[in-house]
Amino acid sequence: MDLSAINPVLLVASLMVAATPLLLAAVGELVVEKAGVLNLGVEGMMIVGAISGFAISVETGSPLVGLVAAMIGGAVLSLLFAFLTQVALANQVASGLALTLFGLGLSALMGQSYVGIKPPAMARLDIPVLSDLPVIGPILFSHDPVLYIGIALTAGVWALLKYSRAGLILRAVGESHDAAHALGYNVIRVRVLAIMFGGACAGLGGAYISLIRVPQWTEGMTAGIGWIALALVVFASWKPWRVLLGAYLFGGINVLQLNLQAAGIAIPVEYLAMSPYLITILVLVIMSADKSRAPASLGRTFHASQ
Amino acid sequence: MKLTKLLTTAAVALGLATTAMASEKTKVGFVYVGPVGDGGWTYEHDQGRKAVVAEFGDEVETTYVESVPEGADAERVITQMALQGADLIFTTSFGYMDPTINVAKKFPDVKFEHATGYKTADNVSVYSARFYEGRAVQGHIAGRMTKSNVIGYIASFPIPEVIRGINSAYIHAKKVNPDIQFKIIWAYTWFDPAKEADAAKALIEQGADVILQHTDSTAPQAAAQAAGNVITFGQASDMSEYAPLPRVSSIIDNWAPYYIARTKAVMDGTWESTSTWDGIGAGMVGIGEISDAVPADVKAEALALKDSLASGEYHAFTGPLNKQDGSPWLAEGETADDGTLAGMNFYVEGIEAEIPN
Repeated sequence: MDLSAINPVLLVASLMVAATPLLLAAVGELVVEKAGVLNLGVEGMMIVGAISGFAISVETGSPLVGLVAAMIGGAVLSLLFAFLTQVALANQVASGLALTLFGLGLSALMGQSYVGIKPPAMARLDIPVLSDLPVIGPILFSHDPVLYIGIALTAGVWALLKYSRAGLILRAVGESHDAAHALGYNVIRVRVLAIMFGGACAGLGGAYISLIRVPQWTEGMTAGIGWIALALVVFASWKPWRVLLGAYLFGGINVLQLNLQAAGIAIPVEYLAMSPYLITILVLVIMSADKSRAPASLGRTFHASQ
Repeated sequence: MKLTKLLTTAAVALGLATTAMASEKTKVGFVYVGPVGDGGWTYEHDQGRKAVVAEFGDEVETTYVESVPEGADAERVITQMALQGADLIFTTSFGYMDPTINVAKKFPDVKFEHATGYKTADNVSVYSARFYEGRAVQGHIAGRMTKSNVIGYIASFPIPEVIRGINSAYIHAKKVNPDIQFKIIWAYTWFDPAKEADAAKALIEQGADVILQHTDSTAPQAAAQAAGNVITFGQASDMSEYAPLPRVSSIIDNWAPYYIARTKAVMDGTWESTSTWDGIGAGMVGIGEISDAVPADVKAEALALKDSLASGEYHAFTGPLNKQDGSPWLAEGETADDGTLAGMNFYVEGIEAEIPN
């Protein structure tokens, strides 16, 4: 065992990178579920975002344009889900699963000519003085911009849900769509907007994997992160800061266990491999021992005539 | 004749008719563990499938299901293929071993071919390639080229196939560079680009300047490229888009000749349950072009090693070799038998790590 081989500064820096796609997708899904919609298509929207962002940034040479395209891609795909569930009143669980399957297939089709291509590199933040600080510099001040967007987004969603009128309306729609409707709010419109927001976030998370974390395009490359994001929202009791905590825990322990393995620590590898799931669930379950619960209208279809 | 009997006869006749029609074309099914666009393992199996189509044209009908999880789901997929009238089914990952055997019991008339496993039955053959011969060449290049003397290895699952590769690479790296150290990460997945990239980064951060991978995507190649001054090897497929650096060579699986021969055997009715294990010599394992990033003398040595493996004059596991615990395994000049290799569950002496159970 040689723990000195692990550089804690690099470790923290890379755990933040590993956590970001999960955080982005989970925060988006949190807003969707807060509006009372259960969209199981996160994985599909992520992978479509991953290829949309990848393709556009390769074509334009600009990673930023690619990221915007990824958000649009995810949002457009989520519109399909919005149409099925909000207009056609289809079952949300089935529609969400179908969205994932559709997204995986569509992305494979879109990505056929992009296998093995290298995307343009995303510039990292480089603030003179600050980025050069020992320890704090690499951890806080030398990441790619999207990582900071992830954190800002969490704060933004938290503040919006807690303090703004828009957040109040969103929560009302999620808790009791009939009451919100009776008060004169357009339930369908609120939900469609929330679904699109979730799609854009998932798309951005997917593009983060294909453009920054890996970076390359490979079919099926999100490999289940969308599902983990879904679980994370539940375990985080629909609270933004807990989603952030959970994502960092999960990403962090994942990176940590890989580092421990490489350092040859004497813990059996099986335990290390399952530790990210176990510890994240454990911590969040203990934290959610308070009275928090799911939005009351979660997963229920709404029609103004009923 | 009663109506029911008439209907039964009609149904049986219809059944016979459809069977007769179906048997005109030989149906070949493939079960893949990853997507066909993974650029590695599954991609090469699909190239083999395409070669079968190219060879026999209208006489065959191939189907495939990709990204099938190993375990219970696989059994369902294989059963479905057999029900749909497949004559020959290739299951292309180690984890499909028991599902393949289980389904094969229920369909005695269907032929099954399981890759990299060791359980056979009257209608189940196994086939694999001696990838460890390719690993020997990689180990040699790695040992000669490393400057930090730390070689990172991204392993998938602790199965004999993977352990053989680690041992073979280690033996040949150690032979040319006694100071090398192996750092091994078990990813517990065949395909997860993000995780593979994280594993590569963790190894590089801990000083590795050579990354060997036994996972299927090209993500570690991209991570090595981003880090710079790290060399890698293509796995299962050439991955030449990362040449000349970081990818300096590769192991290429070439399944096409085998798939064509086995399909032909089913058509001719000569198919028998066999165990095939071919290496560089038979062409099932190819060594991708060694790039210019490798010094000429190292390249010449690697090619010489490859040739001696191909001709059979040298075996990748030649004694004297000890097991990890120091107990003797092979005496001077002795070579490993296939039985031991097929079930290999120990590291050779010198590797400082434990195999997960």
